[in-house]
Amino acid sequence: MVSPLVCVKRVVDSSSEVVLTEDAQGVDGRFAGFTMSAHEECAVELAVQVAAAEGGQAAVMTLGDADAVEQLRAALAVGCTSATHVVADSQGFGPADVAREIAAVVRDHEAAGTPHQLVLLGNDAADSGDFQVGIRLAYELGWPVVNGVSNVSVADGEVTASGSGPDGHETFRLPLPAVVTVLEGGVQPRYPTVPGRMKAKKAPVEERQPVATPAGPSRLRLVLPPPSASSVQVLGKGPEAAPAVVDLFEQLGVLP
Amino acid sequence: MILVLVEVSPAGEAVETSREAVTFARDLSAAGGGVPIDAVVVGEPDDALVKTLATYGVRRIHALTGAAYDAYSGAAWAAGLMAVREKAGSVVVMAAGTSRGNEVLAHVGARTGLPMAANAISFHGLSPFTVTRQVVGGAALEEMQLAQRPAIFSVAGHAVEAKPADAPADGELVLETPEVADADLVARVVSTDEPEPDLSGALKSARVVVGAGRGAGSADGFDDLLELADLLEAPLGVSRVVTSLGWRPHHEQVGQTGSRISPDLYIPCGISGAIQHWAGCSSAKAILAINNDPDAPMVTKATHAVIGDLHEIIPAINAEIRRRRGA
Repeated sequence: MVSPLVCVKRVVDSSSEVVLTEDAQGVDGRFAGFTMSAHEECAVELAVQVAAAEGGQAAVMTLGDADAVEQLRAALAVGCTSATHVVADSQGFGPADVAREIAAVVRDHEAAGTPHQLVLLGNDAADSGDFQVGIRLAYELGWPVVNGVSNVSVADGEVTASGSGPDGHETFRLPLPAVVTVLEGGVQPRYPTVPGRMKAKKAPVEERQPVATPAGPSRLRLVLPPPSASSVQVLGKGPEAAPAVVDLFEQLGVLP
Repeated sequence: MILVLVEVSPAGEAVETSREAVTFARDLSAAGGGVPIDAVVVGEPDDALVKTLATYGVRRIHALTGAAYDAYSGAAWAAGLMAVREKAGSVVVMAAGTSRGNEVLAHVGARTGLPMAANAISFHGLSPFTVTRQVVGGAALEEMQLAQRPAIFSVAGHAVEAKPADAPADGELVLETPEVADADLVARVVSTDEPEPDLSGALKSARVVVGAGRGAGSADGFDDLLELADLLEAPLGVSRVVTSLGWRPHHEQVGQTGSRISPDLYIPCGISGAIQHWAGCSSAKAILAINNDPDAPMVTKATHAVIGDLHEIIPAINAEIRRRRGA
């Protein structure tokens, strides 16, 4: 039986304009709304699939402010069965701090008799894009780690993980316990059912405090790139613009 | 000394993003008064690769050789990189911001307990050393201080243009066989399958990319777009919504969680231009947006645009190309 833990992060939905907080230390999501990273949606799906195949249960955790429970409930609605919320302002946590907090949850759950032999994370968060929490977590736990894979399965105490590499489709096989970070693309995250949503609303969430004071990220400030003035040249409207388009192709030398 | 991890293609050439990273390192070296640049490659390079790196100003090429490096392991590569770094005493360890580059540097960061900055686009200030890097898919920038040594960071793809140095270096080759602990070989590649034809590699290296978004309308709405792609000998690149709806496979996705492309011409059709998509295509030299909405972000950010229904415009373009070819 394998009961994976999947780690998610509440991030600003950046499909529209990005606005910074007044202290320039974060992205202001008051108007844009929040979501979990695309890679993490796939990690949740893989955790649920592994748990189902192995007769275990998928747990989800996050570190974030009180509102981050929304992302935990989103994961509960699609098949995770327990949730842990480290309640803290994630903005003050660097990658090493987050890795330490996840490791503390893993150790405490093991001590409580609910071990996680596999921890799944997104390859990188949509906001901070650090690419390193999973690897730092592996070093904290002394477990092997595979990064940026799209498919994960477990059998006979081993995890097989695969994804696209620079030379082709690569497969890794490593013993459990292990850490795996997931890239979007290998699985299609499932939509929550109405009963799933209802169950998630009522599910208990384990709340805990951070185990240590964060050292913080090495961030000085966030800035927005300077807006570029639009200099678009409109070639025309509708199909009548086709000759101008092909002229452009010829001008750029892209017509074979 | 500045140490750059250089990734090598199956054909034995330094990949473009690594040559960009070495170019970035040269700017850093110049700002630091001519700090030498060394490179680390995995496997024994041929003479042409040594010469290429020398033309980029690399003083010494450290080649990690031995059975420990036969199959990829991020931990093993990091162990080798750190062994070279400790011997040579570099103050900076850097790589291209690829999946390999970011992964190996994250291992180095975890082993040293030092911060690592992913996807830097510039540096400003050497003391304390500060880099600016892309976050939120490039929609925002973070100024990040890397005050301790070594400073560990990767360079975002296309943040600089890969250019040979004005004065080539001698390019001495040093074969290295640093020991790798068994624990660092546990998570290594056990098999590599040939990539399917037209995986994302075709997108990343294409001169022209035809893009398609929600405006395609359905999984059956791509015929004209695929014909245009065929006429231009270009791959198709799609927005996330297209793959989420299952209309096209994920390896065609352009954006923050898909491929990042830098063609001479990108032709996004029916793509509104959400930040996540823009993160993947903003390096295109020219963009021809085809969209119903003249105020869509993709249109206002494009170099050229045609306003209207792609299902009327694309067939007309295809017909015009065929007409000029006399077909």
